[in-house]
Amino acid sequence: MSQGSSLWSDAWRRLLANKAAVAGGIILLLLIFLAIFAPWIAPHSYAYQNLELGAQPPSRDFLLGTDTLGRDLFSRILYGARVSLLVGFVATGVALVIGVSWGIIAGYFGGRVDSVMMRIVDVLYGLPFIIFIILLMVIFGRNIWLLFAAIGAVEWLTMARIVRGQVLTIKNQEYVLAAQAMGVTNMQMFRKHIFPNILGPIAVYATLTIPQVMLLEAFLSFLGLGIQPPMSSWGTLIRYGVESMEEYSWLLIYPGLTFTITLFALNFFGDGLRDALDPKISSD
Amino acid sequence: MLQVILKRIAIAIPVILVVASLTFFLVRMAPGGPFDAEKVVPPQVMKNLNAVYNLDAPLIIQYRDYMFNLIQGDFGPSFRYPGRSVTEMIFTGLPVTFELAFYAIIVAMVIGSLAGVIAAVKRNTLLDYIPMTIAMIGICMPTFLLGPLLVLYFGIHLEVLPVSGWDSLAGDKILPSITLGAAYAAYIARLSRGGMLETLSQDYIRTARAKGLPEYKVIINHALQGGLVPVVSFLGPAVAGLIGGSFVVETIFQIPGLGRFYVEAAFNRDYTMILGTTIFFSTLIIFFNLLSDIAVLLMNPRARSEA
Repeated sequence: MSQGSSLWSDAWRRLLANKAAVAGGIILLLLIFLAIFAPWIAPHSYAYQNLELGAQPPSRDFLLGTDTLGRDLFSRILYGARVSLLVGFVATGVALVIGVSWGIIAGYFGGRVDSVMMRIVDVLYGLPFIIFIILLMVIFGRNIWLLFAAIGAVEWLTMARIVRGQVLTIKNQEYVLAAQAMGVTNMQMFRKHIFPNILGPIAVYATLTIPQVMLLEAFLSFLGLGIQPPMSSWGTLIRYGVESMEEYSWLLIYPGLTFTITLFALNFFGDGLRDALDPKISSD
Repeated sequence: MLQVILKRIAIAIPVILVVASLTFFLVRMAPGGPFDAEKVVPPQVMKNLNAVYNLDAPLIIQYRDYMFNLIQGDFGPSFRYPGRSVTEMIFTGLPVTFELAFYAIIVAMVIGSLAGVIAAVKRNTLLDYIPMTIAMIGICMPTFLLGPLLVLYFGIHLEVLPVSGWDSLAGDKILPSITLGAAYAAYIARLSRGGMLETLSQDYIRTARAKGLPEYKVIINHALQGGLVPVVSFLGPAVAGLIGGSFVVETIFQIPGLGRFYVEAAFNRDYTMILGTTIFFSTLIIFFNLLSDIAVLLMNPRARSEA
């Protein structure tokens, strides 16, 4: 696709013109960098407890202070970023795989297949998924991989709808009909014609799904039903912060601030990407 | 019209039954019996316990009995709290959760639609930008962060509002209601702004203005009905979010509602309580989705003919 990519270079130009999106993108890159290199950047161990240094306010030694067990908060936020971002990307990936395949199959084959598949999506839409995720975590244990799968299994519905709509429009275009007339197989059709054309909306929606997934993970971790110690995500840090906020408010404020800024960055970047790639897609 | 509504109800009932069955078998798949965590008991006692809770029957018989009781509104006994039934616990917690959700919806509706309508009418002025920026923050700020921050500021720093409990101190309902309602106020503000902008550009609004109607009458009598349709269709699905939010808010503010019972049950692995509340919440959500679908049909003639 490297040559005929005027659509992509156009989109890139529009994205760069959007200041909020650029700022969001820079913050995200910075966060990803910090998360990947956390073991080298973190000034202290995230797990090392030293009760004598318990609950120190921010200082030169401990940039953001220490928690009640004497662990460096800055290091813990860095390591938390790894877990939170990992959940965001992996669970969105799961949602992507299910949603895109579901949407392509429904849209491409149409007819009865389509109506049955989309009716299933309609019914699933009305169900209380938060409760089901909690149920799964209770029954099968609080396992991080199960958490990824469960969240991903919930977030694919909108993706399926968007992809199906796109496939329906593309399917009826002349070049697809021409390819069909030339005897192109279904597999080739997906790879060569359909998939490249729905990449834009998929990228946009995936970016907007990541913050939702991270929120869901933080919500579960806040309730104590998500990530389990000694691992910690931003959700668990906020949970501990709330427990001791009366005396040590920094334990709540810094993890909370980090989390909110990240959500902001993701939302702005996603919105910008949407406007750049396809101004037609609505905001839901 | 009536036919459309009946059709929606006819779809909802089997969905509820499938959800209930699925939940039942999922919970029964859980490793270990409900009494494994306790200290070792003699086999005879174990046997009696299982008999009391109908766990010695074949799975399919248990299922039949459970569904049969369920239809009569009996969710069975709680595993953790001997002598208390799940039904009883649901009905102790429910009124509190309903009251909280009701106040939250009021907060969200009043602040949200007011801000949205004003922003749409005063488009591209400060009255548009400021509320919409606050709405963006409200959407990005999760409930489990907003609640503690409000507690920190109003409860601990200013010491003007109580920070926990329900119906015990004057004003203890204010912070939980705002915490739960804030995100919805933000969504509703955005939705009603969008809906109003679209409605205000319609021909019939121009007609109303052309015949010399004052602007406030154009908005109240003509624009609001169309402009607030997106808000109404949002309210049904919002109930699902409100239930999730009530888990957090009731935990933060120590409110004895159904949400906190559910989280506690999830912690204690009180399987029957989890099973019962899951089915109950699902039914509630499906019911409210149905209700908001019907309300949209009543408000929007075009949706009526499409359905």
